[in-house]
Amino acid sequence: MAQFTLPANSKVKPGKSWPAVAKAKRPKTFAVYRWEPDSGENPRLDRYEIDLAACGPMVLDAIIKIKNEVDSTLAFRRSCREGICGSCAMNIDGTNTLACLKPIDEVKGEVRIYPLPHMPVVKDLVPDLAVPYAQYTSIKPWLRADSPPPPDRERRQSPEERAKLDGLWECILCFCCSTSCPSYWWNGDRYLGPAILLQAYRWIAETRDETTGERLDELEDPFRLYRCHTIMNCTKTCPKGLNPAKAIAEVKKLLVARR
Amino acid sequence: MKAGQHRGMRSSLARVRGLGSAKEGVVHWWAQRVTAIALVPLSVWLAGNFVALAGAKHEAVVAWIASPVGTVLMLLSIAAIFHHAQLGLQVVIEDYVHGEGLKLAALLAVKGLAILLATIAGLAVLSISLGA
Repeated sequence: MAQFTLPANSKVKPGKSWPAVAKAKRPKTFAVYRWEPDSGENPRLDRYEIDLAACGPMVLDAIIKIKNEVDSTLAFRRSCREGICGSCAMNIDGTNTLACLKPIDEVKGEVRIYPLPHMPVVKDLVPDLAVPYAQYTSIKPWLRADSPPPPDRERRQSPEERAKLDGLWECILCFCCSTSCPSYWWNGDRYLGPAILLQAYRWIAETRDETTGERLDELEDPFRLYRCHTIMNCTKTCPKGLNPAKAIAEVKKLLVARR
Repeated sequence: MKAGQHRGMRSSLARVRGLGSAKEGVVHWWAQRVTAIALVPLSVWLAGNFVALAGAKHEAVVAWIASPVGTVLMLLSIAAIFHHAQLGLQVVIEDYVHGEGLKLAALLAVKGLAILLATIAGLAVLSISLGA
């Protein structure tokens, strides 16, 4: 059966506290999930008090400040710090989002930071994304065509055909949506999840691709596609403002249309 | 990924591809929508008649079921209700029951129960309308 509670060795215990220096002008507490694979101990919640007067505006700024100035053992992923790489996806204040796009001021009280839900944790805020990456590979996310491209130019697409990709190409594969989806929590080994299904639809909507039918064949499966029950957490949480639920609905419509 | 589950040495891609696409599911999904839409007017009709017949004599209820419209709409309601319920419960079982044996048993039990109850209900309506 689906697991509705954490196993005993995953229950989060209270952790260390790191108070702010006495002269802090705008102290703010960040409660951060910590887990070390080698320690054999349960995960814990460490509390860091940061002076916002000496910190950038985003949650990622605070996390980087913690690692640089308070506790260098904290592990997290980040790269671009401007919402285009998808590395710093994590659960902040109960919602999956990108730490670099989440203003600290939007969070009332202490800022609770956990890794993306229901994924195996490598360390602290770093989730193991091997399965979603393999799922991405499995949908063959590249242009497949038997017709050779014109010898003197690229494959052509009208502005109207190109417009079909708007709202799809912007996805940065941060997996905020997939890891917010209860269906993906319970059946993530077989259900592809909203991020991958949006990407699959990006190639189904691609007018230069000649394998639309094969792509639909690969998705038509009670688990790969039809575990989506239109819960809409994906669309609600997407830090890029995209609508994976709509992309999935389009795939379902095309499967009915070809009957 | 369930905690403590033995993942073996296969690559993530091999496990994700698994046994391949079942290439089915659209019939189930479409049938669930069609029965849901059919049940909108049917349940209004059913509920309306139940209200209208509240406290009515036995003969009046039998006459209502035995009328051509009553018989046909009652049979259609029974078919839509039990088909829709079976499709919905199948989704719930597939979502939450992960042992293959228990899942198969639960799916067969739900389907069998739906067929059994629908047939009994249908036969009851027919026996009234045909005067058996």
